[in-house]
Amino acid sequence: MTKMVTLSIDGIQVTVPEGTLVVDAARKAGINIPVFCYHPKMEPVGMCRMCLVEIGRPMIDRNTGQPILDENGQPKLQFLGKLETACTNTVSEGMVVLTQSEKARAGQKATVEFLLTSHPLDCPICDKGGECPLQDLTMAYGPTQSRFLYEDKIHLAKHVPLGELIYLDRERCILCARCIRFQSKIAGDAVLTFDERGRSSQIITSSEPPFDSVFSGNTTDICPVGALTTADFRFGARPWELKAAASICSQCPVGCNIVYNTRREARSDGRIVIKRVLPRQNEEVNDLWICDKGRFAYHYIESPSRLSAPRVAGQPASWKQALEKASQALRTWQKKAILASGRLSNEDLYALKRFAEKMGVPAYLYTSMGGGEWVRRYGLRAGSDLGHLGAGDAILVVASDLYEEAPIWYLRVKQAAERGVTLILANPRFTRLERFAHYTMRYAYGDEGELIGRLNADAKIAQALREARNLVIFFGSEGMGLEQTEALAADCAQLLTETGHVGRSDNGLVGIWPRANDQGAWEMGFEPAPDLQALFEEVDVLYIVAADPVGDGLVRPNGRKPFLIVQDILENETVRQADVVLVACAYTEREGTFTSGERRVQRFYPAVPHWGECKADFAITALLAERFGLSLEAHSAARAFQDLAAAVETFQGLDYAALSEVRSQWPPTGRAEYPFSGTAQPNAQGMGKTLAAVAEASSAVPQPKVPREAPRVRPEEGTLLLVPITRLFDAGSLVSPSSLLRERIGQRRVILHPNAGFEQGAQVLLEWEGHQVEVTVALDENVPAGVGLVPRSMGIPLQQPARGHLHTPERVR
Amino acid sequence: MTQYLLLRHREIPEISRLEVYRQHGGFEAFRKAVTEMTPDQVTEVVKASGLRGRGGAGFPTGLKWSFMDRKSWPHYVVANADESEPGTFKDREIMEGNPFQFLEGVAIASYAVGAQRAYIYLRGEYQHIARWLDEKIAEMETAGLLGERLFGTDYSLRIYTHLGAGAYICGEETALLESLEGKRGQPRVRPPFPPSVGLYGKPTVVNNVETLTNVPLIIQNGAEWYRSMGTSDAPGVKIFSLSGRVKRPGNYELPFGVTFRQLIYEYGGGVLDDRPIKAIMPAGASSSLLRADDRLLDTPLDYAALRPLGGDLGSASVIVIDDTVSIDWVIQKTLRFFKHESCGKCTPCREGTYWMKHLIDHIRANGKEEKQVQLLLDVARQIQGKCLCALGEFSTMAVVSGIERFGEDFR
Repeated sequence: MTKMVTLSIDGIQVTVPEGTLVVDAARKAGINIPVFCYHPKMEPVGMCRMCLVEIGRPMIDRNTGQPILDENGQPKLQFLGKLETACTNTVSEGMVVLTQSEKARAGQKATVEFLLTSHPLDCPICDKGGECPLQDLTMAYGPTQSRFLYEDKIHLAKHVPLGELIYLDRERCILCARCIRFQSKIAGDAVLTFDERGRSSQIITSSEPPFDSVFSGNTTDICPVGALTTADFRFGARPWELKAAASICSQCPVGCNIVYNTRREARSDGRIVIKRVLPRQNEEVNDLWICDKGRFAYHYIESPSRLSAPRVAGQPASWKQALEKASQALRTWQKKAILASGRLSNEDLYALKRFAEKMGVPAYLYTSMGGGEWVRRYGLRAGSDLGHLGAGDAILVVASDLYEEAPIWYLRVKQAAERGVTLILANPRFTRLERFAHYTMRYAYGDEGELIGRLNADAKIAQALREARNLVIFFGSEGMGLEQTEALAADCAQLLTETGHVGRSDNGLVGIWPRANDQGAWEMGFEPAPDLQALFEEVDVLYIVAADPVGDGLVRPNGRKPFLIVQDILENETVRQADVVLVACAYTEREGTFTSGERRVQRFYPAVPHWGECKADFAITALLAERFGLSLEAHSAARAFQDLAAAVETFQGLDYAALSEVRSQWPPTGRAEYPFSGTAQPNAQGMGKTLAAVAEASSAVPQPKVPREAPRVRPEEGTLLLVPITRLFDAGSLVSPSSLLRERIGQRRVILHPNAGFEQGAQVLLEWEGHQVEVTVALDENVPAGVGLVPRSMGIPLQQPARGHLHTPERVR
Repeated sequence: MTQYLLLRHREIPEISRLEVYRQHGGFEAFRKAVTEMTPDQVTEVVKASGLRGRGGAGFPTGLKWSFMDRKSWPHYVVANADESEPGTFKDREIMEGNPFQFLEGVAIASYAVGAQRAYIYLRGEYQHIARWLDEKIAEMETAGLLGERLFGTDYSLRIYTHLGAGAYICGEETALLESLEGKRGQPRVRPPFPPSVGLYGKPTVVNNVETLTNVPLIIQNGAEWYRSMGTSDAPGVKIFSLSGRVKRPGNYELPFGVTFRQLIYEYGGGVLDDRPIKAIMPAGASSSLLRADDRLLDTPLDYAALRPLGGDLGSASVIVIDDTVSIDWVIQKTLRFFKHESCGKCTPCREGTYWMKHLIDHIRANGKEEKQVQLLLDVARQIQGKCLCALGEFSTMAVVSGIERFGEDFR
């Protein structure tokens, strides 16, 4: 039990745990002490001197250990001769803090005046203007006039790129080091530092490539001035012109809570467009942070290749014509199937599932990673939060480069390890998370089937797993295809069962899925299509929703083509082959929910109006279903969710109201609540709910359909073992339209060990199982010999590990 | 003074040779401490001697040693040889002339606080001294005075030198520790103080070179002997670095209680051209400017005595200013220095020194407008009491005392 301490701040009594900083205690008493360098998520450094206050401490009699009393029986207070920083001093019993005394105000005013002497005061053209702590604190605490001679002002570079995503305005920088500290302490990528000293100090990036971090955008949120801005938003809009819509990031299964800031603008032909993405606080999911993919990859929503009207046989058509043509095909032909991806919301997937049942056809999930059935059973259950884990608990991450696949999970797991959670990592190559792991197990690509057995065979690791009070296992798809991942999921579930980590919250299996709502699809009972090429050749009608199997190269164009009903938001190869195109809305144009990999169901809200004639996916499916006598909700997402919750076991008891609940969070965020902590947004729209779990401790673990010893591809002399891996920035349809990310996405490549005999940047021909793709060679000493890493979603249709060859094109010719 | 205690090379030129130092009793104190005394006894003797830190703050040395957190290990000793205060040049002479006595002091301090590693942090410009000390340390290792199981006991010690990169701020003990750890030299928030959380987060004693050089003599001759010199406030001897408008600038090792008049006229040979003394900066560039009246000149010097006169003895780097020097020129000099050396971590020092430097430049270039002088004084006062470390405060000392006490130079 933490000892509580009572103190007085500006006459208000407040009781807080021992060790609380004065600035935080004040916040609990409803008093905002002004700060610049202090940030509630970071250790204080006491640099900016904005939070100067008077602190009096009771005088203690050295002999008795009791406070010395004055003539009125009150403890005598001792004030230091000088002001103290509220951000570095912790509370003590009987402390008296004066934040508004004449002396304190003079100190605060002095700091503002000093800061402004070298600040350009270019608020009228500054992106931060209107949401700027320096502006706010100058108004509240600063002098009305500066005594500094204007001609003595330093003028410095105003457009310094720190990498291609973030710009530094050196004049505006007040050298608070929040960005440096965020990068080194929170992100674990110490890529920013100070150069020079004194007034010549400046922020520089020390990494190559510059600002080498996937968390860089967060520094613009916490920058208390307009010094750091994103290449995306800078000079884009004034904050007060923006409207905000709460949403969930659609780029990965973490489910970061975000806000879309939108504005109607002339240069976008008068449309309401998204201007930026900001993190929305959810201390159970993403704290105050998002990754750069989530922040910058939203441009697909306004891509010129958005579909705006339905098509029939390649020609624009009315909704009526398109739906008629589609239902006619569905009525006419016998062999039919539905193929949908985890890009869709729960409501959409539920509608598709119901429609498939009504028609008596299979509903397949378009994915490269299996094992969802085990996560549905053994996943995290209601009441779980990675933030709960601490000393005595363990996290196991297998077959994943978490930093690249789900950056915010990487952050959460890193934080957990720093709190004392035993972090165990098993991966065939070094990844960034390894720096924080207590135990690391290396295995060869192809040995995934023995992975869990090998962990159990290591005495220390086995003990850590067995003795962990709580155990969370993250499993990814590093180097694996559908079948191998499914087998791995079953093994992980078995491990949870054997070590007694089933049937409780804060324990379970998390799938690092390729898409935001894959988990929702698994919960709904979707199964992956075993062989897409075969599916294409077998069925007469295929209803494809939010998937591009043709463009992804998974279906060879020479094969037989069924009648294709394609429902999507963007023009793509599958759309071009479609007989009927149904135009869906981007998720930002409608309501819905996603289920994260932690099985948390979260709501997103409409941010921008419908694009063209688009409709929400669940509504389109409902319109089709209607023609087959099935009544599905076609208008209200809330009602669609209600139907879903009534029908799907694990969703029972949930509704939109429950998902919208918010719990009080620390630190307080948002301009009204806590104006100095940055532009991360408060959460008033819901923190989501975690689903109920299926498996109990006594349940038998289901076995994978594929025999476990099945396809195991190992390196072989004379060939290259090609394995698929996931990188954050890929050429997927939800990423590539954001031109800003072009450099991060890079070229289509194969990653080899430097001793593989190829030069960095060489153009080579990659051959495997009849495929031939031209790629660029990238070298990385962490790649095992004889292995070629093939990043997914870069136009190389490698779904499974395979043996292949590399040729220099000359030799081929 | 007939006998030197610290600058012994002035009497025994070869004392920097190990055998000569040993012939004169060298390392007997270290042997005595390790073989005959417990660490706490060593600390007690130093405490009883009244030895105070010679780096400027004058903190009781033994008391500092006794603050070492015994729940946290390992412990470290760091010798602060960053000597960067303008007007201070005493540690250099000790290390160049009498290196073994200093190293013996490091060794005894290490034993007293249970440190098995000690570091000597030297300013970058002292590269030649670092190499020199490395040689001396190697000789000590060869002679069995450093290394494993010293004098047949369980006690082991290694000493390393480390060079700074030319920053005044690294003389501040927490900035020094940051720099020693390989980080950017910027001060840490205190508390915690180094004896609780110091080098690599472990308890650390940081002592000035001169302080440590006193220690072997105290252990050898006892606390009583040491207290017999100097004053009750400050027992022992002090090296005064005398500079400015004097005929014989240099280091003078004298007992506390000596007066400025003795120092300047008896030892320093008087003022150049026999001009009258106008002001004294007793502690280098970070001093207040003291008006040189008879009361000041005849005050027996120790840490306490100067306070009522509006100054601090600091590192006793006495800069003499005569009537040919204008105080605004002095202020400009100090501000140029502090603006250049501000580390930039905290706002008042970073922005304030830049601002003051510009103001004094304006004042000196464009005539002494009262408004500008007043503004300079206001800015200096606005810095005071708000900085992260003492060095920020130091930047204002000459400004405030100069304008307040030498108003005639600003009209």
